[in-house]
Amino acid sequence: AFFWLVSLLLASLIWFVSVHLSDQEDAKLQYGLLVFGAAVSVLLQEAFRFAYFKLLKKADEGLATISEDGRSPISLKQMAYVSGLSFGIISGVFSVINILADSIGPGIVGIHGDSPYYFITSAFLTMAVVLLHTFWGVIFFDACEKRRYWCLGLVVASHLVTSGLTFLNPWYEASLVPIYIITICMGVWAFFTAGGSFRNILKCLSCKQEDDSRVMMYSALQVPFED
Amino acid sequence: MITFMNNSDSEDETCNERTSLMSAESPPVPSYQDGLQASEAGEVQTHRKRQTGGSCSSNNVADGDMSDLGVRVRENALENEEEELTLKYGAKHVIMLFVPVTLCMIVVVATIKSVRFYTEKNGQLIYTPFSEDTPSVGQRLLNSVLNTIIMISVIVVMTVFLVVLYKYRCYKFIHGWLILSSLMLLFLFTYIYLGEVLKTYNVAMDYPTLILVIWNFGAVGMICIHWKGPLQLQQAYLIMISALMALVFIKYLPEWSAWVILGAISIYDLMAVLCPKGPLRMLVETAQERNEPIFPALIYSSAMIWTVGMAKPDTAARGPSQQTWDAAEDGRENHSSPSHSDSQILETRSPVPSHPITSLEELEEEERGVKLGLGDFIFYSVLVGKAAATPSGDWNTTLACFVAILIGLCLTLLLLAVFKKALPALPISITFGLIFYFSTDNLVRPFMDTLASHQLYI
Repeated sequence: AFFWLVSLLLASLIWFVSVHLSDQEDAKLQYGLLVFGAAVSVLLQEAFRFAYFKLLKKADEGLATISEDGRSPISLKQMAYVSGLSFGIISGVFSVINILADSIGPGIVGIHGDSPYYFITSAFLTMAVVLLHTFWGVIFFDACEKRRYWCLGLVVASHLVTSGLTFLNPWYEASLVPIYIITICMGVWAFFTAGGSFRNILKCLSCKQEDDSRVMMYSALQVPFED
Repeated sequence: MITFMNNSDSEDETCNERTSLMSAESPPVPSYQDGLQASEAGEVQTHRKRQTGGSCSSNNVADGDMSDLGVRVRENALENEEEELTLKYGAKHVIMLFVPVTLCMIVVVATIKSVRFYTEKNGQLIYTPFSEDTPSVGQRLLNSVLNTIIMISVIVVMTVFLVVLYKYRCYKFIHGWLILSSLMLLFLFTYIYLGEVLKTYNVAMDYPTLILVIWNFGAVGMICIHWKGPLQLQQAYLIMISALMALVFIKYLPEWSAWVILGAISIYDLMAVLCPKGPLRMLVETAQERNEPIFPALIYSSAMIWTVGMAKPDTAARGPSQQTWDAAEDGRENHSSPSHSDSQILETRSPVPSHPITSLEELEEEERGVKLGLGDFIFYSVLVGKAAATPSGDWNTTLACFVAILIGLCLTLLLLAVFKKALPALPISITFGLIFYFSTDNLVRPFMDTLASHQLYI
């Protein structure tokens, strides 16, 4: 969350400077600067996600060297999930909390001609953003770990596309639906990246007792101790 | 209002005394650890030399010496074990501190956002005599700096006074002072707080009910904090009085003065803990020399640590661990420190076998928990509360400050584990908090507002 905040800070700084250096009256220019600011912010977020990955990798190595069995207590996949989730939570909260706070107060939505569905669509968009960040975190860390740079590029590109789609608001059919399609695709991709498979789902749903594999695991564990 | 202002002298004095005490205490556990190491050296000289503290020197001296080799290997093993335990339990301690700090902040922010009283300007404390209602920016800045200087000097004077009292063993005076100030907090401030909350929600309460509620709350609080009580109740009371104190500060400190004071007090904290002649260091060292607990009721503890100040636990269940624990308690003062110093202490007591120590250590570390001075709670909450009280009503600023303070706390605990030295808790958190407050309020807020008005997401 801290890393995301710092990235947001830097992006705001860039936007702020650019706005104050430019003509305040020109609406088109201001809108263009806003687009630019949003794009810079997305790129900075991904850059900071990468920086966080590097930090966690170092911490992981440190934990592994000092732990009893040579493995760190938290796996990289868990760290990826947590990092994605925290990015998502802080991003979602920053996007929506002021809207929520305003929604308590007296007022009428869309009285000046804006869409009356502002609150509900904001809620759905925020949910999509939170889920997306979580999935992106998992995929990103895995891609960095396995050095699959095309995956990284795809994650960044999909973030840019998602942010760009929100520019189509209030034409909600064009923005919400594709964003949710992207969310579902990313979710499936993240699931398979994290090691899931159809078999896992079936096993989970059927709640079978895995006695044989436990015995196997135990005997598999014995080997290192014997060494 | 007038009566409140008239009383302000005595109660603010105790408030400030409390503040000064708390800022004196504000370096957390780490500060005691410094004193702890000093007392260890005093107690067990020979053991200390052979222990991890002396491992460096023994490494240099006994290079080719076979007889020392065994000692070195054992020391290295102990050191590794110690580091491991430090990092493992360090993470747990961080979480144990997150919860109370977060709770205190939540109480303060919830009150600020809902009760109008605490954001209204109704006068100032006598400690900040210069008004900020001046026409020019320069004059306002000057006034706030002067206010800060006065406030910090009051705090320094109080702290030094306290240290002098402690050195000359005027315990009755100190205890009386503490009891008076906590009485004031628990009764008067709670009464005002309850009154304002009831006013906000337009709930009527008759005087007999009010008296009953306040009396019970205050009396149980006094007993819990100064004598024995269930641990969680004591923690809850400490959180509540920190929140009340923070609310008083938020209300009565003028805008710019508050920010300059926050900055100045973190610098003061840094100096007072790290400088050799700092009052806080002297206080801790004196307490160490006498093997006494430093003042109860000013430290938040997250586990059952003192046998004096808590309800007697199920002693039968504890058994041998309790005995070792009590022995360790006799050897050093109650306000213990994070795991690594505990393991150091335990090693000095029984140096030879490492396996039994590990299990005892772990047991006792889990029981010990971690401590943080109430001053830290108060100033963290003041920062977040001031962020919440900004006229623009922006929640992003509050959240950003909250995250910044927690990250600062994490870093402080990390540095503590790395340096194993006394470290103050305020500077890093407050610095991050201030940076994030000003940058979020001025840079991020317009950006996010513009994005939200177009319903854009980044």
